[in-house]
Order: sequence, then structure tokens, then C-alpha cells
Amino acid sequence: MSIAPTSFESLEVPEAATRSEDYLWTLNFGPQHPATHTTLRLVLKLEGERVVDAMPEMGYLHSGFEKIGEHLTFNQYVTVTDRMNYISPMANNVAWHHAVETLLGIELTPRCKVIRTIIAELARLSDHLLSNGAVGLDTGAFTFFLYGFYQREVIYDIFETLCGARFTNSYTRVGGVSQDFTPLVIEKIRSFVKTFPKTLDDMERLLTRNRIFVDRTKGVGVLTKEEAINRGATGPVARASGVTRDLRKDEPYLAYADYDFQICCATAGDCYARYLVRMQEMRESLKIVAQAVENIPTGPVSVGIDQRTALPTKQQVYSTIEGTISHFELSMSNRGFEVPCEESYAAIEAPNGELGFSIVGDGNETAYRARCRPPSVLHFALFPYLIRGHTLSDVVAVLGSLNIIAAELDR
Amino acid sequence: MAVSDLQLPENVVVSRLDALASWCRKNSLWPMPFATACCGIELMATGASKHDLARFGAEVFRFSPRQCDLMIVAGRVVMKMLPVLQRIWLQMHEPKWCISMGACASTGGVFDTYAVVQGIDRFIPVDMYVPGCPPRPEQLIQAIIDLQDKIQREGTITGREFDTAGRQARKRALVEITSPLTVDAARNPVLQRELAAQAGSLAGRS
Amino acid sequence: MPFTPPSVDDVIAAVAGRFGPLETSAFRGQTRLVVPAERSFEVLEFLKQRGFDLLIDVSCVDYLEYRDPPMQMPACAGSRYGLVYLLASTTTNQRLTVRVFADDPEPMVASVVPLWEAANWLEREVWDLFGIRFTGHPDLRRLVMPEEFTAHPLRKDYPLQGRGERHNFPVITRHES
Repeated sequence: MSIAPTSFESLEVPEAATRSEDYLWTLNFGPQHPATHTTLRLVLKLEGERVVDAMPEMGYLHSGFEKIGEHLTFNQYVTVTDRMNYISPMANNVAWHHAVETLLGIELTPRCKVIRTIIAELARLSDHLLSNGAVGLDTGAFTFFLYGFYQREVIYDIFETLCGARFTNSYTRVGGVSQDFTPLVIEKIRSFVKTFPKTLDDMERLLTRNRIFVDRTKGVGVLTKEEAINRGATGPVARASGVTRDLRKDEPYLAYADYDFQICCATAGDCYARYLVRMQEMRESLKIVAQAVENIPTGPVSVGIDQRTALPTKQQVYSTIEGTISHFELSMSNRGFEVPCEESYAAIEAPNGELGFSIVGDGNETAYRARCRPPSVLHFALFPYLIRGHTLSDVVAVLGSLNIIAAELDR
Repeated sequence: MAVSDLQLPENVVVSRLDALASWCRKNSLWPMPFATACCGIELMATGASKHDLARFGAEVFRFSPRQCDLMIVAGRVVMKMLPVLQRIWLQMHEPKWCISMGACASTGGVFDTYAVVQGIDRFIPVDMYVPGCPPRPEQLIQAIIDLQDKIQREGTITGREFDTAGRQARKRALVEITSPLTVDAARNPVLQRELAAQAGSLAGRS
Repeated sequence: MPFTPPSVDDVIAAVAGRFGPLETSAFRGQTRLVVPAERSFEVLEFLKQRGFDLLIDVSCVDYLEYRDPPMQMPACAGSRYGLVYLLASTTTNQRLTVRVFADDPEPMVASVVPLWEAANWLEREVWDLFGIRFTGHPDLRRLVMPEEFTAHPLRKDYPLQGRGERHNFPVITRHES
């Protein structure tokens, strides 16, 4: 086999090449890369190992969620919200129906409020376990990830006992939830509350003072408080930068006003601070779950049949005339809920930040427009600002600490 | 002389070359996790400690397509992602297999929208479909066991079992009629090749 | 003396004093303020100075098939696209929704990226899915759909299943891969 002689003319360095930009090289990162956790894409401009600039690109998982929202009824769309932020589906269910109930003006029963609070906090735990585990995984701590994932399986098990699905739960309904808590579920949550702190201590011992991990995350990707507000960061990312905004305290929804817990904040704004905030938030969430599970109010779990929103139980349908009428009216295609021709926005403090839905109602049981306000979009837009000047190896640490979920990002 | 007449020592086993090759291949599947969405998390759960894919000899997840021979497409594939999927499939070495994990990858699932590809088997060959939204880790493990079974049963050392042009052509009939091009044909080498092949076959017929 | 933060009504009164009366309404405790498109940037700048420092969301609604005037407000009638700016304050935790309307054939609104960096991607998304141009946006490209895509899919006249773009790809068969 003959090799063509290299043309030396083409190798001659032109004079203009002495500009500093000519030493930059471009690296494509993703969309299929293990550290992108699904489908993000970055185009990095590197000078040696230093990142000069990054151009994030998204849309590799855009599935038209908002368009589907215009074609599914309020109760059907909950299945789609499951697949939005798929590492904490329960929180999305709660957010969606919180927004729907705001539009319809439904006041939940006390029992339902507490049940939703518990599952939203369990979802926060499972999210933070995975996101912190992924930071560990990306910076080389595989054991930490396995510890986190093992506890996620326990939470999955609770959810499976509760509603039959381990992962995409579709648990909430308009004006209630699909299944009531059983004694077995409460028992499982109690034992989880008892055993989880030990694992959390183990995880902290593994990583919080680990020299390699601290060196790789401390001082990396610093977000100042002003920039966090200007760039619209919410949730743990903003709280790690000193923004004391937590909707659970600021606009108490569900039953959060009744429980004793703290907002976890840090001031450093780097990856390590975000890790610490998430770790601490898990302890606070556990406190909420422990308080809530011991004091679940008795009574119905869904709003009454008079409100014509939740389907009556089988007992009510067969033994009362109101139940029969209500069931009939709700099931007929030209009846259903009464939806105002109005628009409203409601948000909850999802594990990742402020997750809200703007719903436009047009008198129909289907939303005219179902806009989701995803925290991940704003966090991913932060990325070039955070990574400039750091090295290539810091890319994965910063990406992991922002906890960007592609399905929520692209919808 | 029949094989059974041979006087073989105790630790010698006689087999066909095809069976030997398939036996090696099936027990050293290196999956390439093409994880896009929710199923990716269940794929991670399959690899993590409770379900432990290592028990079935397929735990070596490699993120470089050049090192892998089993692509697990976990999650929906959308318009912007499909060229990436095809490119990664082309980068993998033969012999290679593909598992379509979950309803979205197999059929589009609940996402019958403008952006989601309604089943990756319209565009790349698929060996195994796993139903579920998302499938439980046990289901994925079962799919891998079934795939190993299939490799042992049908595998040949020369890869004759991959010659399935007829089966693929039947699947092509599923492809919808498309409207004016939104994908730039001039920049897509696969499309170019296909157009050239079509032109060639038309010329051969006339 | 304890500091009492200005309420949403105070801020709206200040806006009215500066820009003349603007139509407002409230639903479920959420105040909406309708602003004419040509003054949207000034009003939002004013609101930012008055404490609404966090831009929560920029989105859009296509009122093509909507029967009534949106939100029963006469000022909203007649336009096809209604932009939604959700503002919040990190100090007082108040919220305010600003509505700006635009219409075919060239829906155009001033970009608020100079005020909030957060608006950058949100406005790109609205351009991508609704085709609203933001004048003064530094980098108005498609965000989620492929560059080659020609339609704006969240408009009401675009079908849910698309127009066949999703299957306009080459097929790779076994023997050619």
C-alpha cells in the first residue's frame, strides 16, 4: 500500500495564524455521552485543557409535551408529566394537579394535602440521591452512586406498594389521589425514615470530606447571587448561591406550613456548595416525612362528589343517587368538570427548582394551553457562564451539579 | 468416521464452529446504552446493585460505540436525535444487535407527536423489543437472556443470520408517506447512498 | 421602624402613574397587567426597578381558536398571540404576570434579554415554537427543533402529529450497516 506524500505547502503556517484564536480547538461533547446524563450537547472551545467557551445545545429529546397537553384531559395528562422529570415523577404529578386545582379553584381535603406532601418529599429524596450520586459517579466515586441507588430502590418499593407502579406513578388525580395510603405503606415509610439516616451518614462519610472530591468541586463553577437571580436560577442551584427562595416557605402550599423544617442555603455557589445543599435538604425532607407520616388526618382522600371533580367510589356509585349522577356526568363526553375560561399559573418547589404550569382553560376538560415552566432550561443556560476558564474535566462536575434532566429540559 | 467414534481425552469437547463462536459472543455482550429518557434510569437500575446485570455477563457498559456489540435504545428517539442514533449504529462493529427498550423506542408510545419517531425499527434494525413504560429491570434482563438464546440458536461465524433484507423490506412498508423535505438530503450520506441505489436499480430494470 | 414592602397594587399604581392607565385583572390571587407591545420593554424595565427582579418564565399562547376575549379583558381581544411574562420578587415573594399581545403576519415584541439574562433561552424557545420575533435578541436561533425545520409546531394550525417530518429519514437495513 502506498502512502501519498504529504503536501508540505498545505502545512505552511500563514502569518495570520499567530492570533490567539487559532490555537483554540473545538470539541463536540454529546449528545450521546455518559456524563451528559441523557441527551445534552455541548460544543466546547478549548485552549489546551482550558474551556474558553461553551455552546450548549438542546432539543435532542423534544417530544412536544406541551402540544400533547392541548389534547389530553387534566387527568390523562398526568401520565405525561411522569415522563417529564423522570427522576422524581411524583413531584411532577403534584405540580401538575396543583396547577389544575388552582385553575378550577378546588380546595383539597386535609388528608390529601398531607399525602401529597409526603410523596413530594419522597420524590425530592430520590431526586437528590440520584443527582448527588451522579456527581459522585462523574468525579469517580462509583460506590457513592451505588449507595444512593440502593436507597432509591427502597423509595421505588414504597411507591410500588402505594400505587402499583414503581417508577412512572401517575399517582395524583384532580381533587385527590388515585389510591389511599394503606397501613402497609405507612409501615414502609416509617421503616425507611428509620433506616435512611444511617445510609445518609455513610454517604457523607464517603464523599463530603473526600479530598479528591472536594478538590474537584470546590471553587468550580461559581455562581454569584446577583447572577443567579439575573439568570433565573431556582431551587438548590439558587440556594447554593445564597438566594433564600424556597416556595415551601415563601408561598406555603399543601401542608408545608404545618411542619418544622429549614431552608438549606450556602453562599459559595460552587459545585461543592450545591452538593452540600442537596445533602442537607435530604435531611430536612426526611424531617418533614417523619413529622407528616405520624399525623395523617383521617377522612376522605378526594374532594366530595358535590364538587363534581373526582370520580366517586364504587360504594358511592352503587348506594347513593348523588354518586350515580356524579359518576354518570363525569364520564359523559360532553359533561365533566366545569373549567373557567381563565388562565392561571401555579408552581411548587420541585427537587430541581420552581416547577410550574400555566394553564389556559377554555371551558373544556382539556387545557387550551399547558405551559410547563421547567427549571432545567434556565439551569442549562447557566452552563457557559459557569464553565468559562475551568478545565475540561470540570465540565462533568458542573453538569452533574446542575442536575439537568433532558426530558424536562426539552419537553 | 463419525465424531462419536473418535477416541477423545476426557477434557476435549467437540462442537461446531458456529456454535462455539455464538457461545463466545453471547456470553460477552458489551452493551452500548443509548439512554435518552426515563428508560435510561431503569437501565441504570438494571446495572446497579439490586438487579445486577453482571450475573448475565452483559455488564460491561461502554459508551464508545466502537467497543460495543449490543445497542440498548432506552427511551424515545426524536427527530433531532435520529441521525445521531443512525450514526452510532453505523459506528458499531459487526456482529451487533439492538434492543429496543420501552414503548417509546419500539412504537413511539404515548408520544404520538410531531417530533417523536414512531418506532426506531423504521430506521435501524432491531432484534428484541421490550414492552413497558418503562420496563422493569427484570424485563430488560429477560430480554438480554432471550437475545443470548437467539444468538446461540441462530448465530453463525460468518454472520449469515444478519442477511435479512427481505424482513426489513416488509417493515419498510410501515414508513409513512412524507411531505416536502425538511432534512437536508445533500448533507446526509446515508440518504445519498440510498438515492444512488434506487437510481441504480431503476436503471437496471429499464 | 419595620420596612413594609410595596404591594402589587402599589407597583401597578406606580406603573399607571408613569405610563398611563393599563388594564389589569386578577384571578385566584394572581394579578395580570396588559401592556401594549410597543411599550413592553419600558414597562418591564420599570417593574424590574420596582423590585420584580426574577423573571420566572416567558411563554406564549396562540389564541387562534379561542372564543372569548382572553381572561375576559377587552384589551386582549383581537390579537392572535399573547405573550406571558411571569415576574417575581426574591425579597417580597410577590408575583406579577405581564401580558403582551402580538398579531400576524409579523408578530414582533422587544426582547428583554438586556434586562434579564434568563430571557435568552426562553425567548428562543418562543421563537422556535410560535414564531414570534424578539427584536434586539442577541442570538435568535431555533432552540429545540432542528435547524432545518420550517414550521412553528405549537401554533394551533399545526397538527399534533406533524406533517410527516418525523419520518423523513433514510432507513438503514441489516445488510448495509
